[in-house]
Amino acid sequence: MTLASSDTAEPQAPPRGTGRLSGRVLGLVIAVAVLAIAVFLSLALGARQVDLSSVIGAIFDPQSGDTNQMVIRDLRVPRTIIGLVAGAALALAGAVVQGLTRNPLADPGLLGVNAGASLFVVLGITFFGVSSAFGQVWFAFAGAAAATVVVYLVSSGRSGPTPVALTLAGSAVTAALTSIITLVLLGNLDTLNQFRFWAVGSLVGRSLDSLAVFGPFVLVGAVLALSLGRTLNVLSLGEDVARGLGGHVGRARVLASVAVVLLCGSATALAGPIVFVGLVVPHIARRFVGADYRWVLAYSLVLGPTLLVLADVVGRLVLAPAELEAGLVVAFIGAPVMIALVRSKRLGVL
Amino acid sequence: MSEPRELGAEGIRLAYDGRVIVDDLTVSIPSGKTTVIVGPNACGKSTLLRGLARLMRPAAGRVLLDGADIHSIPTKQLARSLGLLPQQPLAPDGITVADLVGRGRYPHQGVFRQRSAGDDAAVARALEQTSTLELASRPVEELSGGQRQRVWIAMALAQQPDILLLDEPTTYLDVAHQVEVLDLLHDLNKTRGTTVVMVLHDLNLAARYADHLIVMAGGAIVTEGTPAEVISVDTVRSAFGLDSVVVSDPVCGSPMVIPFGRFHRA
Amino acid sequence: MATVATRPETSAESSVVRARRLGRRRAAIVSGVLALLVLAVAATALSVGAYVVSLPDLLATLAGVGEPRDEFIVLTLRLPRILLGMLAGLSFALAGGLFQSLLGNPLASPDIIGISHGASAAAVAALLIFGLSGLAVAGAAFVGAVVVATAIYLLAWRSGLTGYRFVLIGIATAFLVQGILGYLLTRADVRDAQAALLWLVGSLSGARWDDILLLGGALAVLVPLVAILAPRLRVLQLGDQSAAGLGLAVQPSRLALLAVAVGLTAVATAAVGPIAFVAFVSAPIARRMVGGLALLPTALVGTLLVVASDFIAQHLLPGDVQVPVGIITGAVGAPYLLWLLATTNRSGAVR
Repeated sequence: MTLASSDTAEPQAPPRGTGRLSGRVLGLVIAVAVLAIAVFLSLALGARQVDLSSVIGAIFDPQSGDTNQMVIRDLRVPRTIIGLVAGAALALAGAVVQGLTRNPLADPGLLGVNAGASLFVVLGITFFGVSSAFGQVWFAFAGAAAATVVVYLVSSGRSGPTPVALTLAGSAVTAALTSIITLVLLGNLDTLNQFRFWAVGSLVGRSLDSLAVFGPFVLVGAVLALSLGRTLNVLSLGEDVARGLGGHVGRARVLASVAVVLLCGSATALAGPIVFVGLVVPHIARRFVGADYRWVLAYSLVLGPTLLVLADVVGRLVLAPAELEAGLVVAFIGAPVMIALVRSKRLGVL
Repeated sequence: MSEPRELGAEGIRLAYDGRVIVDDLTVSIPSGKTTVIVGPNACGKSTLLRGLARLMRPAAGRVLLDGADIHSIPTKQLARSLGLLPQQPLAPDGITVADLVGRGRYPHQGVFRQRSAGDDAAVARALEQTSTLELASRPVEELSGGQRQRVWIAMALAQQPDILLLDEPTTYLDVAHQVEVLDLLHDLNKTRGTTVVMVLHDLNLAARYADHLIVMAGGAIVTEGTPAEVISVDTVRSAFGLDSVVVSDPVCGSPMVIPFGRFHRA
Repeated sequence: MATVATRPETSAESSVVRARRLGRRRAAIVSGVLALLVLAVAATALSVGAYVVSLPDLLATLAGVGEPRDEFIVLTLRLPRILLGMLAGLSFALAGGLFQSLLGNPLASPDIIGISHGASAAAVAALLIFGLSGLAVAGAAFVGAVVVATAIYLLAWRSGLTGYRFVLIGIATAFLVQGILGYLLTRADVRDAQAALLWLVGSLSGARWDDILLLGGALAVLVPLVAILAPRLRVLQLGDQSAAGLGLAVQPSRLALLAVAVGLTAVATAAVGPIAFVAFVSAPIARRMVGGLALLPTALVGTLLVVASDFIAQHLLPGDVQVPVGIITGAVGAPYLLWLLATTNRSGAVR
């Protein structure tokens, strides 16, 4: 049986590929539209009823002294922006970590990053007297970075820890650090009082100044993450195959880790510890777009903010006039999603 | 000595999560002989073995031991007749050979765990039969692949079953260890009369050691009989999709398959 | 044909018997040493304190013929606390050992996979929302642990139960429950939050004989169950297929063992709160000393850990500070855990 090729050459570009490309672009456009709607809802909905004209006015034709517009501008715009930035950062970080560890259950929060940030915040409040939100974010950032480094060091001893091992390690690290946190909190009523609010993950009460500081970090991290799409595709074939295909595995790991630290650290600094966004969003992206990381990252960039902003809106409405923090809403959504993922046949034996 | 036992299946269907692997299969395992099941990947041979070993419940049909449905026999009682060595068995950390083989006595022990002298005797005998007695105090994880496989067989022997089922006992072993393990099983069969049923992927080793050979493909039995009856150019082609020539093994006279490839042909 | 052996053993048999006896002897020696240590620490804890009871007086009091003042100090103040600690330590340690064996992973302990979190959330809810205290909180903790464990089991069950599914769903549940805990803690007055946090750490103070009787009674049922089910656990360790081949009913046995482990966690958490890390570290420490599954040494390690930690927490801290026992076990357990993670992953032993 010889590879007989016909003499009549056929055009190389398969029409199916182009169809898929335009489908994905269309999907992305729709996702952006949904995000816009989510942003609008975030500005329009809440405990206080405002009308449509106030929303439009607040953005395009600001009038000081209009209470409705003040609510929108001073309260809702900041939390929406933080939701957008943190959501994007967490979703991108999650996608990168999942690609890097080939672990469908990776989420930076599950891997102990949040616990690290929390620990440093607690230490900052207790021993360095840092009580301003702006000051606390620096500690959160440092803690998140430290935890990321520790978890990577701990779990990269072999060529590929199983997803169960990695998730357990993250949980164990979280337990260990939480224990130390509790130690400090018990002795310090004031710290406890400040910390317990920071710890639930909320888009409210965060300083917008921190956005000015950490925004650039997120930007750099995001650009870095988006550029790793092709590399992650190659890495997903396994380390040996990746090397064989000419991928620089070591360098890719470092770049990815830097991206994750920048993104996670900033997100935790801005919004406190939020779990599950990094887990859920890339999976949703994959449902629409398949396993190509270039597209998964692009979709995560849009879907992440959508999820977090909508969670914040739900949190405002479900217990009105009281509020449920966005981090809690995401936890209540995310846990069932993770459970469904574990149960699904798709994952097979981890 | 082992007792003669009749193990067989009648019209069984075996499926995983709705995917049918084996359908309407009837087979009878000859008592006191070595039966080998061969076939291409994903032909259902491991599935069939699992069905016979009561690891899977057939969606249809029955698996029979001496005429009784094995799913109606209490599990411990069945384990006294039927022993299993699965693929890639799992040894707990730090366990010694003697302890591991000792766990094979479980089917003979009561609820309140009375270890009797009979247990130690059975363990000792199993270790002797597999030539692993001198390894008794060593941790299992320190042993070589061949030694470890012999220890697992010793555990199955400590059960004192009349029928021994083995799922690919020679995969991951080098040639010398493969022959070592198969010789051991041959010994067991001939000296103690234990019925041996195993899945092998090496056609030539199967032909050498089998009294009864079952060839499967696509979830069904293609043909069965003695190796001389079964192994032929036609069988190899229809079951494996492979062209070959079949010669007589110069060492023991069993049929030996020499495959053709794209570059090496007769 | 098992006869009580007075017939001569073959030399093969004797070497087998010798090999197995060797392992058992080591376990017995280690258990003996641990038991002595526990007694020593307990005796010290009974004597030492603001008011020192000398050893002869201590023995007299325990025999019932001591001074009334000694009786009060020893029998009412100190002994309940120590006994409660011993029972709780034993319970947590066994639970941890069972979970780690059943789920096939040294990291899978009830305080990580969500069961302790369930107990904690229920207890904190009882404390903060319903303003309950004492026995009612303990009852809530028990119910919380059982409910969460059942939920995890049911969610993880898909034509059978595998360790990895149980663990992962447990972790998801843990994070969910921690969210609930966070919510409760932020909605309460900060002083109530601190009281809740105190419960969450695990403490032996205020131990009463009622608590001991309850916990002791529960353990009188659960511990014999462990002993009865232990042979099945040993067979389960060989993997599901080998276990089935040896005639074990795999799913029912696993369910029974899980139920007992959950029961142990639930009663201990109800009695003293979730004392960090005892469940997690006891079995690995015992294994390092004895090798293999060693339930009695595991229980003794847990007992020693709690009793010793409480002693340290009460008497050995600088500046006469007293803290709950959970803080000491946490301070010791957390670094050990991180070290274990680093070394385990390197050797690839974590499955």
